[in-house]
Amino acid sequence: MRYSGLRVIAEGLLGNRGWTPAWRDPEPKSDYDIVIIGGGGHGLSTAYYLAKNHGLTNIAVLEKGYLGGGNVGRNTTIVRANYFLPGNQEFYSHSLKLWERLETELNYNVMHSQRGLINLFHSDGQRDAFARRGNAMVNQGDDAILLDREGVRRHLPYLDFEQTRFPIYGGLLHPRGGTARHDAVAWGYARGADRRGVDLIQNCEVTGIDISNGRVTGVRTTRGAIRARKVGIIVAGRSGQVAAMAGMRLPVESHVLQAFVTEGLKPVIDHVVSFGMGHFYISQSDKGGLVFGGDLDFYASYAARGNLPMVEHVMEAGMTLMPMIGKAKVLRSWGGIMDMTPDGSPVIDRTPVEGLFIDCGWNYGGFKAVPASGWCMAHLMATGESHAVARRFRLDRFATGHLLDEEGTGSQHNLH
Amino acid sequence: MRITCPLCGQRDRREFTCYGDAVYADRPAEGAGPGAWDAYLHLRDNPAGETRDLWYHEMGCSAWIEVTRDTVTHEIAATRLLAERGGARPSGGGISATKKPRGSGRGTRT
Repeated sequence: MRYSGLRVIAEGLLGNRGWTPAWRDPEPKSDYDIVIIGGGGHGLSTAYYLAKNHGLTNIAVLEKGYLGGGNVGRNTTIVRANYFLPGNQEFYSHSLKLWERLETELNYNVMHSQRGLINLFHSDGQRDAFARRGNAMVNQGDDAILLDREGVRRHLPYLDFEQTRFPIYGGLLHPRGGTARHDAVAWGYARGADRRGVDLIQNCEVTGIDISNGRVTGVRTTRGAIRARKVGIIVAGRSGQVAAMAGMRLPVESHVLQAFVTEGLKPVIDHVVSFGMGHFYISQSDKGGLVFGGDLDFYASYAARGNLPMVEHVMEAGMTLMPMIGKAKVLRSWGGIMDMTPDGSPVIDRTPVEGLFIDCGWNYGGFKAVPASGWCMAHLMATGESHAVARRFRLDRFATGHLLDEEGTGSQHNLH
Repeated sequence: MRITCPLCGQRDRREFTCYGDAVYADRPAEGAGPGAWDAYLHLRDNPAGETRDLWYHEMGCSAWIEVTRDTVTHEIAATRLLAERGGARPSGGGISATKKPRGSGRGTRT
């Protein structure tokens, strides 16, 4: 069923009786050409682009829970291409271009809103660093505008510019940055993959990976064994456990990152605002809630919940930057499981097992990468070669010293 | 979360800085190959369950502490001074008693 405004009106007049499920609920077959482990944003987009770009459709996506029930269903929805390092730059630039035509591509409203992202700076040194980053973004072909203090004030008059701890010197505006509706991205890719023949199999947990003579031959699941010529591990925070099924130890440690949503308010924050010095960032959802977060809790965790010191720290930072939000009531908070790498950059690569591929290590920047990650993982799995914009996301780069440390914080998982 | 410092008793988590996996205490011996360094610096078991990690009592007595902890429930099973950690420690050091962990002044990404 193709979605359109006309159909919404027609269905409204006819009592909404004509809608059909957005995807099938198939039984798993015993044999596929390709099995994708993980039905999150990255797994679903990989399946979609395998079908769309490479004509491969004998594919199953195996999801232990429900589609899009992990980090893609709970995140702060920011989409941007403001990276500095060669290797990251071209990848996120590619991803943003895919975002800009995603709704047409998927015939699905992902509510991509390029409302502009502003990274604040608070010293001359930080201004220099952001000017350099902005130049790199412009050279890459993306957009960046260095704002002085008055420039920031025109966009964000509600900030406390006079705060003594971190007085605001200016900001780097990335006009094409913004947000999207997180669930819709997963649903849109799921529907697109399903329509091209991909089997999306939910409530199907992978419990083992079969390897014979150094080659992957299939997976064991809670719904039976499934043979496959190629298998992709795309499981974010659970990467360590699934890779261990293939005897691998990854450069990944899973950490908890908390985020918060307030009650719905009238429009008050029109941009995505990032206050790096205070460890705080915020935007307002189309539903009206203020969506904000901060830094990791800094200890390894699978609890999907954090502790109060970071809650307090994030609230303090928010109140420092924009005291007006003190009147808003926090509705809920959550903790996501982040697959942190020692350099803060991801992995899209082959593994030592023939036919087994891995896409992991998205730290806490995975949402904006969903389109390009799927695009590049599909390219890798279909052709055996890394895509040009993802060729530095190698699994062995830590061993060889070719790190992509965007923030220059060193090889410690909890510092990125 | 409250952590029992072997010297100071039970204290608020705010007093401590988490350095990372206890593997950091097992620094490869001098002359170890690149593989040993890769395993030490980068590769992690990353268990969902019991783990051991290193915490520094930064706002307290400056002790380095090995914490045995459950990553799924956040329950802390045991703590002991890093200096009392058993087993053969490779030569070359490990974390020195005076070294402070990195980790302040990070920027937030959005």
